[in-house]
Amino acid sequence: MSLHAQDDIELRRAQEDRLRAVWAPPTGWFGRWTDVNNNVVGVWYTLTAFTFMLFAGVLALIMRAQLSAPGNDLVTPSTFNQLFTLHGSMMMFLFAVPMFEAVAVILLPQLLGARDLPFPRLSAFGYWSFLIGGVFVAGSIFFDVAPDGGWFMYPPFTTRTDLSGLGADIWMLGLSFIEVSSVAAAVELIVGVLKTRPPGMRLNLMPLYAWYILVVAVMILFAFPPLIAGDILFELERLMGWPFFDAARGGDAILWQHLFWIFGHPEVYIVFLPSIALFAMIVPTFARRPLLGYPWIVLAAVGTAFLSFGLWVHHMFTTGLPKISLAFFSAASEAVAIPTGIQIFAFIATLWAGRVVWSTPMLYATGSIAIFVIGGLTGVMVAVAPFDWQAHDTYFIVAHLHYVLIGGTLIPLFGGLYYYWPLITGKKLSDRIGRTAFWFLFAGANITFFPMHFSGLMGMPRRVFTYPAELGIGGLNMVSTIGSFIFAFGVLLVCLDLARSPWRQKSERNPWQAGTLEWLAHPDDEDWGIRSVPLIESRYPIWDQKNFVSKVDEGRYFLPDAEEGRRETIITSVLDARPIQVIRLGTPSAVPMVTAGVLGSVFILTTYHLYWLAAAGVAGTLACVLYWLWTGTGEIPEKERKAIGHGLSVPLYCSGASSSGWWAMFITMMADATAFSGLVFGYYFFWTRADDFPPSGVGMEGPGAFWPMAALALTLASWAMTVAAREVNARGAEGAARALLGVGGLVSLAAIAAGVAGPVATGLQPSLHVYPAIVYTLVIWTVTHNAVGAIMQFYTMARSIAGRMTPRYDADVRNITVYHHFMAVTAIVTYATIGLFPGVS
Amino acid sequence: MKNETPNEGRGGLRQRVRGLRVTLWTLIVPPTVWAGHFLFCYLWVAVSCAKMGAFPRFPTAFVIGTAVALAIIVASGWIAWIQSGTPGDPPPHDDGTDIDRLRFLAHATVLLAALSFVAVVFTAAPALMLTDCR
Repeated sequence: MSLHAQDDIELRRAQEDRLRAVWAPPTGWFGRWTDVNNNVVGVWYTLTAFTFMLFAGVLALIMRAQLSAPGNDLVTPSTFNQLFTLHGSMMMFLFAVPMFEAVAVILLPQLLGARDLPFPRLSAFGYWSFLIGGVFVAGSIFFDVAPDGGWFMYPPFTTRTDLSGLGADIWMLGLSFIEVSSVAAAVELIVGVLKTRPPGMRLNLMPLYAWYILVVAVMILFAFPPLIAGDILFELERLMGWPFFDAARGGDAILWQHLFWIFGHPEVYIVFLPSIALFAMIVPTFARRPLLGYPWIVLAAVGTAFLSFGLWVHHMFTTGLPKISLAFFSAASEAVAIPTGIQIFAFIATLWAGRVVWSTPMLYATGSIAIFVIGGLTGVMVAVAPFDWQAHDTYFIVAHLHYVLIGGTLIPLFGGLYYYWPLITGKKLSDRIGRTAFWFLFAGANITFFPMHFSGLMGMPRRVFTYPAELGIGGLNMVSTIGSFIFAFGVLLVCLDLARSPWRQKSERNPWQAGTLEWLAHPDDEDWGIRSVPLIESRYPIWDQKNFVSKVDEGRYFLPDAEEGRRETIITSVLDARPIQVIRLGTPSAVPMVTAGVLGSVFILTTYHLYWLAAAGVAGTLACVLYWLWTGTGEIPEKERKAIGHGLSVPLYCSGASSSGWWAMFITMMADATAFSGLVFGYYFFWTRADDFPPSGVGMEGPGAFWPMAALALTLASWAMTVAAREVNARGAEGAARALLGVGGLVSLAAIAAGVAGPVATGLQPSLHVYPAIVYTLVIWTVTHNAVGAIMQFYTMARSIAGRMTPRYDADVRNITVYHHFMAVTAIVTYATIGLFPGVS
Repeated sequence: MKNETPNEGRGGLRQRVRGLRVTLWTLIVPPTVWAGHFLFCYLWVAVSCAKMGAFPRFPTAFVIGTAVALAIIVASGWIAWIQSGTPGDPPPHDDGTDIDRLRFLAHATVLLAALSFVAVVFTAAPALMLTDCR
């Protein structure tokens, strides 16, 4: 007699059939695009980002052709401006960041032994947002309306509508839309890493890739929102004439630079760390030993993440800030070399200690370290303020940043492509083509960018469409141009290799003999993610745990079945990965795609000043989101608990801090609070820059103290009612809870009226001066949040009345309470700032 | 006998420190202190230079702020150091046990404390060297 139920082959076959049926992808001409499985969406995501990279690369080749000889007239100055702006913007926003997200949503579920990440529909929404926004921005160049202000879009040239065209709006609104998808992906990835690890995968056993992804996703939460805040101010100036960056009316263009670079510098590390994370997977596999210094790598990732936020002013060394401020940022810029160096040395030490197999991915890894280190060294040079004053805005900087990005992001990604291709397609790429391509890429990168150090030092400024022969840099530029085509040939070889892949033989399973979980994937992959969710006891379970692969395949671990015909995965605790819940995952649906489309229309219609249609888009988006939430979240399960095997049974429903929805809300609100801080920073920044702030004069009287304090009191009352509703609901008084939520919603609406009454009553005119403009902006931000808070309160009341929320199943009210906590803090800061601070200062 | 009392006292404190809960949040205490100190320095200088047009008037506040930041970093590093020495299985402490997870988090915190200490000193140095706003 068998000791284990899974010894029964018939049972296993029946389980597999059920899993296959549940995880079957949707079919049909339209239906297949409604898939939300991260394995599939991740592949679309990757292909789209790769295509955008090729497009942006072609733009670069046109630029290099233009610069190959002095006095060249291949393209006009105007086209050249569009080329470099779009090249930089696309490489950053449409390639590097989305590529990290794309690769992460493919790899993470497999690395974590999860059936899927917790919010697959959110990933699909992010993908469709990215695609729509990306095509909108990239396509603009075919209509000669591409943005042309540089990828940093410095005002005032870009905010003055007489000096810049539609391109600036396309950049701002199109890329703001894409930032929404980045934040969505960050939420998915953070909750995924923290909550969907397999049982036993404690923090100290987590693959380093997951550590890096966690760190980078958190960085996105704090880096992107300041740019979103900047985008809001920027568009208010362009569309409404509110003078945030117009010095004549009290504004200051430097504020944009602050907000942009608070995003822009961490961005460099946001695109660098995930590529380095690929090394952390590749190096141990081919060194045939665990990576040395696991805690040191975690130190390096976390330390880099923090320090990278203290560097933004090194992009502004020449703007005339006090030298002592520059010194702080110079110090932080040099300090960040410490954790970066630690990572590189940990990899070198691991290679040294192991028996290295010189595979193609390994070749890319080591080659890119060489290129990156050169970029890192010139980075230390430009971190020194006096040197930066000399090199600023010259080709020296172009050389530095391309060494860093090609060595730190692009070539590691190609290495990852060769490493992980068998995981995604079941087929290996050609070693011969891969190695040949590598040498073209390596030589091309150095031939292109090394001479730029010299052309920069000899005086060639960035972003010029041509240069005079007398400058003596024609030869260096010709070498750079030749190098760029050699590099492009390398990329072409990689593309050819990819194109030949469908005709190749399937490779064996785990072709590199790696030790980490993702290599459980079978060449003839099933859509269910993993056959059974394993118990983890080691960092390299395939190497260390006995019969690991066969046990997973035979369904001997957890959750081997889908008895109820639902897509499910295990939720575990953050520190020690103890199973605490089974969640039902989102199934294929057109809702994410439609929501992305309708939201996209808001941004696109606003670009063309079609405000009424855009307002209809806002209403449509709200309707889509409410439908999505009502039908797809907070479902009350048919039973309390579910057996997951080995005598363990866990709940099917969780609410509060242990649930994934609560975490998603908390993380989203962190991003929201960061964007708000950017706006508040604006207020106090203007205060430090002007002698009379708030200024005196008609239309510039502050909103007074009465209405702001009334709005604050109402918001706090609404907050208290939400908290009270949560408590009385938990005690079974559902009627009282509904009443509190309903009245709370009405009080939130009253808070909107009071908030707006302040500036309206005193006749503030936002287009007159920056002070009324920033006051209005803070008020609009806060009352918009009041409106969302009211919708949440009414929604939760309706859920309770409809029986979709009960005292036992109360995730809805617990999640909106998190929102209202942040709402209360927002109101306190806003109304103290606009109502009380003028009296203090 | 006199010598034993302080030893016992220290042992007791070490025991209590080891018993402290360690989470992902404790891991980021040292770099968060660096961030707070950095922000403090930047705002202190920026506001003084912009509103008073002169080098910061309150260097004592800066020295105290830096000392407090360094003290918190050292304290959290010391606590983590004690915790990283929690006895258990032999090295390399890479197993999926409660103690190894504790030791890992503690070890990473010690390293982050060291990095944060250096970074705070880096940031403080210019304020001691430079004495005007130019």
